[in-house]
Amino acid sequence: MFKLLKYAKKYRIYAFICPLLMIGEVIFELLLPQVMAQIVNIIDPANIAQANLDEIFRLGLRMLIYAFCSLFCGSVAARLAAVAGMGFGAELRSALIERVQSFSFSNIDRFSTASLITRMTTDVTTVQNSFLMLIRSVFRAPIQLVSALVICISISKRVSRVFSVVLPLIIIVLAIGGPIAIKRFRRMLKKFDKFNASIQENLTNIRVVKSFVRTDYEKEKFNYSNEDLTKASIHAEKIMILGEPLLMLAMYITILAIVIVSAKAITLLEISVGDFTAVFSYVMQILMGFLFTIAMIAQLFLSEASAKRIQEVLNENSDIVDPENPVEEVKDGSVEFKNVSFAYGKGKNILKNASFKINSGEMVGIMGTTGSSKSSLVQLIPRLYDASEGEVLVGGLNVKNYSLLSLRNAVSMVLQKNVLFSGTIADNLRWGNGDATDEELVEACEIADAHSFVSAFPDGYNTDLGQGGVNVSGGQKQRLCIARAILKKPKILILDDSTSAVDTATDAKIRAGLRNSIPDTTKIIIAQRISSISDCDKIIIMDNGKINDIGTHGELLERNEIYRDIYNAQQKGSDDFDEIGGEQ
Amino acid sequence: MPKPNRNRGPVRKPKDTQKTVKRLMKYIGREKWLLAGVIIFVIISAVASVGTSVFLQPLIDDMFSNISGKQFSLSLFRPVIKYLWFMLMVFLFGVIASYGKAKCAVFLTARTLKTLRKDLFDSVADLPISFYDSRPNGEIMSRFTNDVESLRMFLSQGLSQLISSAITITGSFILMIYYGKWLTVIVVAMVIVMVFLTKKLGEKSAYFFKRQQKELGTVNGYIEEIIEGQKVVKVFNHEQEVKDHFNEINEDLRKASTGANTFASILMPIMNNLTHINYAITAFFGAVIAIKGFFGVTMTAGALVAFLQYSRNFSMPITQVSQQFNNAIMAIAGAERIFEYIDEKPETDDGYVTLVNATQKDGELTECKEHTGTWAWKHIHSADGSITYQKLEGKVEFEGVTFSYDGKKTVLNDISLYAKPGQKIAFVGSTGAGKTTITNLINRFYEINEGKIRYDSINIQKIKKDDLRRSLGMVLQDTHLFTGTIEDNIRYGNLDATHEQVVEAAKLANAHEFICTLPDGYNTVLSGDGSNLSQGQRQLLSIARAAVADPPVLILDEATSSIDTRTEKLIEQGMDKLMAGRTVFVIAHRLSTVRNANAIMVLEHGRIIERGDHDDLIAQKGRYYQLYTGQFELS
Repeated sequence: MFKLLKYAKKYRIYAFICPLLMIGEVIFELLLPQVMAQIVNIIDPANIAQANLDEIFRLGLRMLIYAFCSLFCGSVAARLAAVAGMGFGAELRSALIERVQSFSFSNIDRFSTASLITRMTTDVTTVQNSFLMLIRSVFRAPIQLVSALVICISISKRVSRVFSVVLPLIIIVLAIGGPIAIKRFRRMLKKFDKFNASIQENLTNIRVVKSFVRTDYEKEKFNYSNEDLTKASIHAEKIMILGEPLLMLAMYITILAIVIVSAKAITLLEISVGDFTAVFSYVMQILMGFLFTIAMIAQLFLSEASAKRIQEVLNENSDIVDPENPVEEVKDGSVEFKNVSFAYGKGKNILKNASFKINSGEMVGIMGTTGSSKSSLVQLIPRLYDASEGEVLVGGLNVKNYSLLSLRNAVSMVLQKNVLFSGTIADNLRWGNGDATDEELVEACEIADAHSFVSAFPDGYNTDLGQGGVNVSGGQKQRLCIARAILKKPKILILDDSTSAVDTATDAKIRAGLRNSIPDTTKIIIAQRISSISDCDKIIIMDNGKINDIGTHGELLERNEIYRDIYNAQQKGSDDFDEIGGEQ
Repeated sequence: MPKPNRNRGPVRKPKDTQKTVKRLMKYIGREKWLLAGVIIFVIISAVASVGTSVFLQPLIDDMFSNISGKQFSLSLFRPVIKYLWFMLMVFLFGVIASYGKAKCAVFLTARTLKTLRKDLFDSVADLPISFYDSRPNGEIMSRFTNDVESLRMFLSQGLSQLISSAITITGSFILMIYYGKWLTVIVVAMVIVMVFLTKKLGEKSAYFFKRQQKELGTVNGYIEEIIEGQKVVKVFNHEQEVKDHFNEINEDLRKASTGANTFASILMPIMNNLTHINYAITAFFGAVIAIKGFFGVTMTAGALVAFLQYSRNFSMPITQVSQQFNNAIMAIAGAERIFEYIDEKPETDDGYVTLVNATQKDGELTECKEHTGTWAWKHIHSADGSITYQKLEGKVEFEGVTFSYDGKKTVLNDISLYAKPGQKIAFVGSTGAGKTTITNLINRFYEINEGKIRYDSINIQKIKKDDLRRSLGMVLQDTHLFTGTIEDNIRYGNLDATHEQVVEAAKLANAHEFICTLPDGYNTVLSGDGSNLSQGQRQLLSIARAAVADPPVLILDEATSSIDTRTEKLIEQGMDKLMAGRTVFVIAHRLSTVRNANAIMVLEHGRIIERGDHDDLIAQKGRYYQLYTGQFELS
């Protein structure tokens, strides 16, 4: 947690002044009861005869001034704390997104998407709240505790000894109860997650539930988790509700103990009635100050886990970085693999000793069963991952010599798990080229056979896609992704199973478009369907991480068994004839 | 599918507070003993805390007058000892009451919420599909989470605090009037100012809070979207744009949350110090009255001291109440939203024909308990109570069926079709042509507007919905699985299936092979809609699930995801085996399915534009021919 404090630098003045004002607030809060006591003393029936209105007016005025000072300190401190706390959170998020943007694919794989999201949202909130509490209470609570204690001790040392017994007792109770409560609450939260997940599941699967007539069964399941959740929450709350009575008990015990202990002091005339009464009013302040101090420490401990998770992201260094004197220009679209092997992380090599050459402007197909490392192979070309062994050459030069920016601008890739972002179609297409004119958008969409459906939307290119591109069908999404990649005007275009959801006719149109409109661009196509790649200049057959064969459709059909098998399986008649994803 | 709303929505105001409160009271009233417990304990603890302040001072005075200056000895305590005992008792009462109150509140809250959640779920589960269509899952979820949570916050703390504040305020108010009528006016005026301020601050804070939630939603949504698409960001060198955009929305969030946080934490110092200011002013005027008199109003010094004490007790809980009041409003609004769903009309069912297992001997049908593979429709004639059985054959007819989801746009127009038992009917057409809708009408997910659908010559409206659906097996294109083991998931089709039957179904669906390669086999636990399986494997499981139900009629929404050729073959074979000997309605995506169908319906804009078998349609050279030869693209 403290290591993260450097992200609060911009707000350090706020973060320093805030606790000082808090001290002011505490001091005035401690002074106010004394003034009140004085007022009461003056209007006490015994003294009222000699009472002086001016005196009361002066005291009243003093009280007003104290109250206003306290109000001022408290309000300004609240404002400063908010500025610093929220600013700290914003800086943290900003630092995180900055860091994540520098991550390579393998960095992202290491963290997993879901965990990165949690770290950037929930964890940041936790740490931000702890920081907020820290600057607000770091002095306030301890000072409240210490000053009240000091006053008590100054009144009577003997009486104050009570606290040396009571406070440790509270620590013991908290040390026992706290962990139990935390454990029970964690369990309850888990049950709560499970409960939510089961409702969510019921909702998404509602058609299955209804068509199998399982409503009653689901209700029973629900009763089960409902009961479970209820039990867990009662179990957890049972501990929590001990808090208030225990605090009361502590206070009462302290008061009674003080009464008994002070008997001796009274007999020795060490203490007056007024002082004695004052001690009582400080008991509450001491206990509260003590509890807040402990709560602050506990909060810091609890947020430590979140802080650590954030730290992990911030400390992660990208393992793919620009070389020292990067080459900025990719000469042409040729690709060469020289004895390339690749493994994810420290795992087994999943791509073994691959060597081949693709000339600039060629159209190359890659085929193979699921898990034969087709995607891994092509991901090495734009240096999304680095080869573990061997060399990957683009434009005759090892990819590690280029700056990432120019390499990736030259190599455009349509990923298998592709996404569109919220915004209009045009916004999404302009990811490929921010300066693209409307004409260029249309041109790219025509190549990807997307123009016809886009222009059929009432808002055309200004159609809002919604988060994750939910408003278009799977096939439409794929075509938009291809158009987006074309807009980059790359030297090499890689399609990783990017037309799986479009029908064969459209697939053919897209390929024809690519061939005719961008003849100089090298095109590498991974596909499941023979028809998608049969007219390629070269077809690479992958099997189990190795290159099994390279040749044209005709050659492979003649000599390659794997290719022939796939071909036979996909003979006319088992082809799809509409696109998926459009059906709801 | 829209994501569930992870943030609390804006603060909503209830529409009909009185009605909702009454109804909510009924729920709370179910636990009347616990409610009574809360109230009684609250009163006891209020009395105890008054007792503490009333008796403490005499005890102190007594002690001082008795023992100060004397030689210390235990006998000195004798006169005070009864006070000490008394104090101890009062303290203990206070502690016990405070514990009792909390404990009653915990049980009251937990049980009330449990009942409420149960009623909510029971109601929601019975609602028709159209209900689910019209709202995102997140919205339904938020009734279970956010709305129940706001109720929980109020019931567990707010309720008892409101009661105890009400007691303290009323008590202090009466005592204040007793000690000084005119001074009370000043205090009340101050309190009105405080309430007004709280309200103003609350409004301001609600405004910023709403904005904060909105901006937080934007930022979190953006983070989610970008992280999920991070690889695309990298491929397009879009890192800088992402950072720039993020910094913009992050700054908006910072501003909004700073505002929200400021107003939330500024309330405490303001209220505390207003109480002090109130005290100072009251003390001054009180002293003027006590010393000089004020237009004939007088007051004794003792009364003034007491009055000041009670005026503090009076104004302190006001802050609390005004905060609790906000919670109460949110809780009532939440309850209202929950009741709204509980009151939704459940799926109606006027059917009386039921489906039973039967044995057939010499053409005579006899009802029986066990699964025989033969089913019969059981008609109970309401006129004379007689029962007739009719064998289930699997004949389905549509006669001039017209349907619209919203009553405006017609989705299906005058559809007529006829499926003989054991026939396979395929639907082909573009998205939105109405293919899925037809299948949803057969199982009565939706009610038709015109025309008739008959099943074995029985109007399906006369068949009990559950039995109708039991007779129809469904394999949907989006496979949905449940948390649980693979075996549980297959058994979902037939809860009484033995392990052997489950395995048999899995074998039929070609799923057995891959299940056996999993480390835990049939006991492999699936989580999150089976996300640990591939798309193809999930599809195989859903076929097995339909197979174990062994329904006479099947509805298949054929899947064609990018599954590798081998798995696709497996699915195809599994489907074929499942279809054998049954009446099948299939939404076809593959030519092979269509080719051997008995009848193919080509749908366009809710109408059947061509029908016939494969050869007929090819010969017609119409739309089907175009589709088949790839001249026409479906979109």
